[in-house]
Amino acid sequence: MNARSASAAVMESVEVSAGAGAWQPVCALDDIWPDTGVCVLLDGRQVAVFRLADGSLYALDNHDPHSGANVLSRGIVGDLGGEPVVASPIYKHHYRLRDGVCLEDPGTPLATYAVAARDGLVWLHC
Amino acid sequence: MSTRKQHIVVVGNGMVGHRFVQELLAVHSDLPAAGIELTVLGEEPRPAYDRVHLSSFFSGSSAEDLSLVEPGFYQRPGLTLRLNARVAGIERRRNTLQLADGEVLAYDKLVLATGSYPFVPPVPGSDRPGCHVYRTIEDLEAMQASGATSASGVVVGGGLLGLECAKALRDMGLRTHVVEFAPRLMVVQVDEGGGRILRSKIEELGVQVHTERNTVDITDGATARHRMVFADGSWLETDMIVFSAGIRARDELARQCLLAIGPRGGVAIDGHCRSSDADIYAIGECASWNGQVFGLVAPGYDMARVAAAHLAGSAGVSFSGADLSTKLKLMGVDVASIGDAQGRTAGARACVFTDELKQVYKKLVVSADGKRLLGAVLVGDAAEYGTLLQMMLNGLELPEAPEQLILPAPDGMAKPALGVDALPDGAVLCSCNNVSKGQLCAAIEGGAHTIGELKAATRAGTSCGGCVPLVTQVLKAELARQGVAVNNHLCEHFAHSRQELYHLVRVEGLRSFAELLARHGRGRGCDVCKPTVANILASCWNDFVLKPEHAPLQDSNDYFLGNIQKDGTYSVVPRIPGGEITPDKLIAIGEVAKRYGLYTKITGGQRIDLFGAQAHELPRIWGELIAAGFESGHAYGKSLRTVKSCVGSTWCRYGVQDSVGMAIRLEHRYKGLRAPHKIKFGVSGCTRECAEAQGKDVGVIATERGWNLYVCGNGGMKPRHAELLAADLDEATLVRLIDRFLMFYIRTADRLQRTSTWRDNLEGGLDYLKAVVLDDRLGIAAELEAAMAQVVDSYACEWRAALDDPAARKRLRTFVNSDAGDDNVVFVPERGQIRPATAAEKQMRFKGIAVVPETV
Ligand SMILES: Cc1cc2nc3c(=O)[nH]c(=O)nc-3n(C[C@H](O)[C@H](O)[C@H](O)COP(=O)(O)OP(=O)(O)OC[C@H]3O[C@@H](n4cnc5c(N)ncnc54)[C@H](O)[C@@H]3O)c2cc1C
Repeated sequence: MNARSASAAVMESVEVSAGAGAWQPVCALDDIWPDTGVCVLLDGRQVAVFRLADGSLYALDNHDPHSGANVLSRGIVGDLGGEPVVASPIYKHHYRLRDGVCLEDPGTPLATYAVAARDGLVWLHC
Repeated sequence: MSTRKQHIVVVGNGMVGHRFVQELLAVHSDLPAAGIELTVLGEEPRPAYDRVHLSSFFSGSSAEDLSLVEPGFYQRPGLTLRLNARVAGIERRRNTLQLADGEVLAYDKLVLATGSYPFVPPVPGSDRPGCHVYRTIEDLEAMQASGATSASGVVVGGGLLGLECAKALRDMGLRTHVVEFAPRLMVVQVDEGGGRILRSKIEELGVQVHTERNTVDITDGATARHRMVFADGSWLETDMIVFSAGIRARDELARQCLLAIGPRGGVAIDGHCRSSDADIYAIGECASWNGQVFGLVAPGYDMARVAAAHLAGSAGVSFSGADLSTKLKLMGVDVASIGDAQGRTAGARACVFTDELKQVYKKLVVSADGKRLLGAVLVGDAAEYGTLLQMMLNGLELPEAPEQLILPAPDGMAKPALGVDALPDGAVLCSCNNVSKGQLCAAIEGGAHTIGELKAATRAGTSCGGCVPLVTQVLKAELARQGVAVNNHLCEHFAHSRQELYHLVRVEGLRSFAELLARHGRGRGCDVCKPTVANILASCWNDFVLKPEHAPLQDSNDYFLGNIQKDGTYSVVPRIPGGEITPDKLIAIGEVAKRYGLYTKITGGQRIDLFGAQAHELPRIWGELIAAGFESGHAYGKSLRTVKSCVGSTWCRYGVQDSVGMAIRLEHRYKGLRAPHKIKFGVSGCTRECAEAQGKDVGVIATERGWNLYVCGNGGMKPRHAELLAADLDEATLVRLIDRFLMFYIRTADRLQRTSTWRDNLEGGLDYLKAVVLDDRLGIAAELEAAMAQVVDSYACEWRAALDDPAARKRLRTFVNSDAGDDNVVFVPERGQIRPATAAEKQMRFKGIAVVPETV
């Protein structure tokens, strides 16, 4: 067990979807303005991390399969029918932040990742 | 062999002749299958055009704009249109006709739709060069040519057409006179009181009116080309003359072949539009029904429908006369005449309202028992036309105090409109196209839910437009009745339209999305309401869009102050006001493009677009452009884009004003202004219009005396010609009117509604827009100007603001935790520049095959 995952061990209350992988700090919480997203680069993988105004954090693939571009972190977040979503800036497909399902094309959901804030840092489990 | 075809020949391809063909095709869409061969012979050099709007030729419409014939319409089997083909004679015994060039054609059925010709009084000298009539496009071209070498002009005849013609002369910049034989203008439609107000209004506009003048001779003038001598010995000198002294039916063919002729001329017809020869029909202005000829298009259209139905074998429909009520705008003066305007019905009583200060005259003619409306005259304000017309046509019972119908309502409150529910289904609301309330309701039920869709589905309101307010009322009432939720809610978070939200933001002084959502919305918001509200806030308060409370609302374009492209990169467009740029600045753009490996393209708006920048590169690119003297071009915003200009009088030998200077000043004034959608301007230095200003939201065209202002044009998917809002303006007035126009649009348009669609859906149309912007009918002009002043005064270059704000600048990165770029952004070379790689090309690269050119 390395130091990073040890710190992450205290985050058991966070819903963790992935089995293997490790928690890593990726940026300061203040780097993400409320109701926006940022893109994290981790070992060549691009993950969009969103912080909503109520403090909740979500992370999913940055790649928008409908446009083929890595853009989701730059989409507008909001809710549709009470469900938090991000709208792709290219063709405006909506992806559910909870599970990565595309509302217009529910077939292949995006990968989502566990994410949490701790000590002013944002931690990602990849 | 198949059975012999029936050959139908139409003489005349004017408004009514063309409508007849449309009506026949509506019954028999496949002519060969119906055994019909249809030949149309027209004397004019072009297919049917809209004579009703002929005068718009002078305000910029082209012959193509006026055409009523869709391209390809006459290219269908069984149908032949021959232009420049005048029919010279009819041989009824042989069922043949002869063309002017001698060719003989046989017919089975003949339809005469030859219209009228302008009557020119038999005055010596009336055939001098520079004497004109007003009927065809060729007539107008000849008038234009004369006008170019004239300083003054006289219209003989003060009727409806004469006044329209006077306006055309005045618009050409001539000193204009109207000479009328009768004691007042528009004797047919207007009574004495109305005529008086009409005259003073028209004189106010700079047209001199001479009544009770009978021209007896036209000779050489001393100070102008012609001298017109009147019966009382007085005279008037002028450079050109237009006769508009009434029309006469073109019944010469019918007379020559001895068909019955009506008492006032015209081919006598029965209820099926058949002449005294069962094989010959007559429709439109050349026909006489019941001793009457009709000089309006609506009765002609009705005849076209009846004749087509009868020829197709249904004897059930017949022509039964027409209502000749009219409403028009003459030189900006509303004039309407309904039914028995002169009060000729036995026992008729009148109720008159005159306001000589405001120059308004209104008269009701009421039946002897005071229960029904027989007629009305409205001059100076014809807002009640639609309501009164329906009351008269449908014999609705008058209210207790009928005078209330024409008296001004207290406090400028709207008068109770005629409840459209009171109208029977059969009530014809659009008389130009004979559309009843029932037909409108059916179309609404069939899915036409906007005024534009309803117009397209029924043709209602597409000719003179006078019925649009009533048609709109029917639309609203029907939608509500049919339970179609008239849902103009922005999205699930706001049960309000954009217009309402704008109002709330302004009235309650709200400055953030959170405040607005807390007070008037629910949920968190979405990608529809957030950018819309951000845009409204910017229109109202013009705060920096990347402040922490505004940044999350912005579309990616507004957030990164660039235009996102399909691969997620942005394009960067520096402002080049009016399209004018120094060589040094051109070089600077080129250097930046080279340094960052950007693809460059000249845009339609006369500037340069730099493509292929990643988010993290933007601040440095902006910084270099700013250092070279540029600022943001706002190409990313729903905001003013460019003011396109031609080179103008500075260089061009035709230019009459400095269009580039004007364009630059306008661009600097309105740059950064956020609106419901993007806004484009154009400024042309002369009427050649090289800047294509009439295809822009705001078009400015130089004249000898100032600037003409055009609004609501559009190129793109649905081109729309801009309309003239005001003419010959000085710069201060021009700017004031543009301020008001833009702010009125910003205040009332829907989300993502360009000015052209906004205008198409604007109740009251161009007249209403003019009333608001020019005459300040709503009393909001000062408010609109102040709102604009606030935006103009608070302008800041958003690129600079973003660079100067450390927090905002820090957000402009591709990755929050790395300075790297997105390796999914891949370019390949093409024509000496880069372009985004296709998916296949990217795959090759990931297999290790290099396809990226090294950028220097
Ligand atoms: C300036 C202007 C403004 C008007 N404004 C209005 C208005 O606001 N409202 C309204 O209701 N009406 C208005 N009118 C009247 C309206 O234009 C006419 O009622 C309408 O055009 C009549 O249609 P028509 O087909 O009967 O005649 P036209 O449109 O005149 O068509 C007749 C055609 O037949 C052709 N023709 C004639 N003889 C022959 C021949 N022997 N062989 C071959 N071809 C022949 C003519 O060249 C012409 O093209 C206006 C007219 C003018 C000129």
